[in-house]
Amino acid sequence: MLEGLMIGLSTAFSLTNILMVVGGCLIGTFIGMLPGLGPMSIIAIMIPVAISIGDPSAALILLAGVYYGAIFGGSTSSILINAPGVASTVATSFDGYPLARQGKAGKALTVAAISSFIGGTIGAILLMIFAPALSTVALLFGSPEYFALMIVGLSAIAAFAGTGQVAKALLMTIAGLMLATIGEGVLFNMPRFTFGIMDLQSGLGFITLAMAMFALPEAIYLILDPNRSKTEGGTNEIKDLRITREEARAIAPVVGRQSIQGFLIGVLPGAGATIASFLGYAVERNIAKKEDQEQFGKGSIKGLAAPESANNAACTGSFVPLLTLGIPGSGTTAILLGALIALNVSPGPRLMIDEPQIFWAVIISMYLGNVILLILNLPLIPYIAKILAVPRTFLIPFILFFTLMGAYIGQNNATELLILVGLGICATILRFADYPLAPLLIGFILGPMLENNFSRSMNLFDGPSFIYERPLTLGLLVIAALLIILPSYRARRARLRQEGVADGD
Amino acid sequence: MALDRWIALIILVMSAGYAYTAFFTMDASLAPFMRNNPIWPSTFPKVLSVMAIVAALVIILGFEKANKPRDDDPSVIVYRRLLDYQVAPALILIGLMIAYALLLRPIGFLAATVGFLMIGSLVLGERRLHILIPVALIAAGSIWYLVQEVLGIFLRPWPAFMGV
Repeated sequence: MLEGLMIGLSTAFSLTNILMVVGGCLIGTFIGMLPGLGPMSIIAIMIPVAISIGDPSAALILLAGVYYGAIFGGSTSSILINAPGVASTVATSFDGYPLARQGKAGKALTVAAISSFIGGTIGAILLMIFAPALSTVALLFGSPEYFALMIVGLSAIAAFAGTGQVAKALLMTIAGLMLATIGEGVLFNMPRFTFGIMDLQSGLGFITLAMAMFALPEAIYLILDPNRSKTEGGTNEIKDLRITREEARAIAPVVGRQSIQGFLIGVLPGAGATIASFLGYAVERNIAKKEDQEQFGKGSIKGLAAPESANNAACTGSFVPLLTLGIPGSGTTAILLGALIALNVSPGPRLMIDEPQIFWAVIISMYLGNVILLILNLPLIPYIAKILAVPRTFLIPFILFFTLMGAYIGQNNATELLILVGLGICATILRFADYPLAPLLIGFILGPMLENNFSRSMNLFDGPSFIYERPLTLGLLVIAALLIILPSYRARRARLRQEGVADGD
Repeated sequence: MALDRWIALIILVMSAGYAYTAFFTMDASLAPFMRNNPIWPSTFPKVLSVMAIVAALVIILGFEKANKPRDDDPSVIVYRRLLDYQVAPALILIGLMIAYALLLRPIGFLAATVGFLMIGSLVLGERRLHILIPVALIAAGSIWYLVQEVLGIFLRPWPAFMGV
């Protein structure tokens, strides 16, 4: 391993390669801030550039820089304007945006940058040590287990999103799953629920729904209530960038746990950063102390650190199946696989033996990417956070414009914009009635994966017998059921107790 | 009945329609050889529709107590007092977004965007035209350049009749 490390270091620390990382991180961060362009599309755009470099290590280093930059950039728009452009940063906006509204945008960005850095670094270390061993674990997970894992993820979200009102959160989750069935599925060559409208054939776009659920209602709220755009501190100044010692102590265990958990989830093909960030948020919320729990969703730095470290660690984890098995675990790694093949490198079990310099250069470039990202971004944070100081008369039209652009770039179709506005109005009304919107979006994101794994399992086992025949699947499903039942049971008991006290008075 | 239960009722009706499609009409076009499969395109929607109907009924019938309305929390907009808020600008901006969607292709990206940003700011009370106009022009121009030239995604800049 040491020998490999040396090869990697000597490859990565050449002048051109360091320039590649710096350039990649910068490009990634700035393009990633535009809602609608996630790491996947940015990497896809950068592939021709990377291929024209010719040297596979340099190309991969550039792409890894772009990847990390894009993830950080995506968090920025989630935190500042509640417009998550990437599925894996949706959980970031749960606590990042409330923090920004309290005038702590600078601190939120710093926490995000540092958590991402640690998540990515721990992920890279784990990748280095465990990559060969983990690839065998990933193979143990068949479609039934993926199906069950996603059910666990969805129930965890429903349970945490609707505190005391699990039915609403569940209904929203199911609504999201139903929206995901619109269009032509992967497994069945048949349009469903399209009402004969051609534009619905390919289904609703993720960006469209994300913008409609988060950015649009928020913008409409900002218009409805002019006082809202003033941050609660009264001034729009960016103060306290620094994290205090207590805060650092509070988030350290969260970051540590989520880096490891995120990495492990990222290793599973198909699970990836999105599930890792949601599960990370849900887990941290459930194990937090009572008074900390209250803060989640209202601007908890723990709630911000958890998804940020988890999604970066998971991104690193998703390189395990790619590099060791040649199986891309996510859309982004699939594109990277394409780039690798175009560069005449075939990932798989033989990569570490045949071309160790590439394997190690990727790992070293991950470290480098993370370090450079931190160095570049920490000084930039005050300037990035200034976005919030823009007067609302300018900020709101721009937020609306960026949501429109995001949906348009994603689908290249003007009908999508009408769908966006329609869904945005529905989402605003749902928000009036206190329905949680995150479960709907998460249901929509996980819907196709859930259905595909469900269908595949049904085909393999010729019926639903996989649910009770496979212990791992059954165990995961039991956890999912407990997640739903326990909180509502607890809420009911607490309410009964309260009522009892009232009677006694 | 509170707004959340009305919404649950609407979702219930939509789920019923979804269920009807899944259970009765969708399988009609299924190829004969696929009928032997353990899973049909309608299987998953069937499960979902049943779950949605159950969840909606739980809310409508009030099995789960709704959270107390948080009237005192300033970050929550109380829909019962909706008219106290700036409803007119909100509706105008929503209309503006629809207009943008419809006009984007015909009049081109640059004109649509500059118009959108300017009218949007004016509606929200911005009167400093000497700032507003340059900002809108620069933003539209630079975003177009970024998307079209740097990223290579086609955006028609000028009106359709100009032939680009």
